[in-house]
Amino acid sequence: MSSFWEYANPRKFMQTTDWLLPVVAWSAVVVTATGLIWGFFFTPDDFRQGSTVKIIFLHVPSALMAINAWIMMLVASLVWVVRRHHVSALAAKAAAPVGLIMTMIALFTGAVWGQPMWGTWWAWDPRLTSFLILFLLYLGYIALWAAIEDPDTGADLTAVLCLVGTVFALLSRYAAFFWSQGLHQGASLSLQSGTRVDWAYKAPLYVSMAGFALIFVALVLAGTRTEIRNRRMKALVARERMA
Amino acid sequence: MIALLIRDLRLAIRAGGGFGLGLAFFLILAVLVPLGVGPEPAVLAAIAPGVLWVGALLACLLSLDRIFALDWEDGSLDLLATAPIPLEGVVTIKAMAHWITTGLPLVLAAPVLGVLLNLPPEAFGWLVISLLLGTPALSVIGTFGAALTVGLKRGGLLLSLLVLPLYIPTLVFGAELVSRGAAGLPIQTALALLAGITAGSVAILPFASAAVIRINLR
Repeated sequence: MSSFWEYANPRKFMQTTDWLLPVVAWSAVVVTATGLIWGFFFTPDDFRQGSTVKIIFLHVPSALMAINAWIMMLVASLVWVVRRHHVSALAAKAAAPVGLIMTMIALFTGAVWGQPMWGTWWAWDPRLTSFLILFLLYLGYIALWAAIEDPDTGADLTAVLCLVGTVFALLSRYAAFFWSQGLHQGASLSLQSGTRVDWAYKAPLYVSMAGFALIFVALVLAGTRTEIRNRRMKALVARERMA
Repeated sequence: MIALLIRDLRLAIRAGGGFGLGLAFFLILAVLVPLGVGPEPAVLAAIAPGVLWVGALLACLLSLDRIFALDWEDGSLDLLATAPIPLEGVVTIKAMAHWITTGLPLVLAAPVLGVLLNLPPEAFGWLVISLLLGTPALSVIGTFGAALTVGLKRGGLLLSLLVLPLYIPTLVFGAELVSRGAAGLPIQTALALLAGITAGSVAILPFASAAVIRINLR
């Protein structure tokens, strides 16, 4: 009977990701390219926004993954705190830079989109502000990992920071909504409400979202593998010194 | 626990340097802002609540690394961790001592600086109330940050990077409470949310801080 927790064993994880990583990476390339090319070249221009609407195919997937990366870090940190699996802590560490870049892409594409549509690169809108706060939290998390030498202490401290940071990120989000009414439109895609985006846009958007999710998984797997190899190297060096 | 509180207060006041530094920083900030933005009374009145809150927050930040640093260096933190009182209690007392030496003077000085910044007369009461309610949260959150960075050689800058994002909700509700009070708008929501954040932080964060100290002492 095989269980999910088998992959907490670094050797098993390395064996599995050995063939899984290329599969995920190549499918990420294919799916993202399909979504973006379809979105950029084979969708009609919006009757009011013109071709600027097409930046949605970068903006929405990256924003989605920026939030999901943090949620994944939260789950991985909890697994580390509860079950002490090193792979989990290393996966959280590997996910942080990816999430940071996704946040930057979302902020940048949002600014580029906002300039022609709202007439401003930046506005202190609740959604924009929340993302800026998320960006700062990613920075703090990465800086704390970088500052601590002992890997287990680093994993523990960053895990606690991730848990506390999640609570304050949510608080900040509601504080930002309380503090200012925004320019940003509501959610384009939602599970409850009816369609607000035409299928001509929605289909390539879903493909790009899947592509970005695959990119994220591929990068996290590659990052985790690097961290595991890094650990093994350090262990070898230490053993060499002992001998 | 009371003995620990008195010890921390004595150390903070007598050991020189730390105590009063935050207050002086707050004063300098309130002087520098009008020099920077110009003496226009209407402009100053509009930005006064925010400036005072940001000033209080930065002044609080200034003395955070002293919460645990000295005890860490001379080893008394190890003794406190093995003492009969729980570490959560120690952490709470440390936060309380930080609040009494930093937060409380800020609350008392804020109305004077409000005069300098041309704060509207209706807002003075709300300024004191919001700081009185909000600064304990700043101390408790800051204690968590100080606990995270206690083992690091150059933790000061990292401490600000970690703590400032966590200060955002407190800052938003605190400054909003003052500016709504100044404009004569209803203040119940901001007041309740600010009090809620403080109560929640005081109730939960000492456990996180104590856990983090145990990890650092391992």
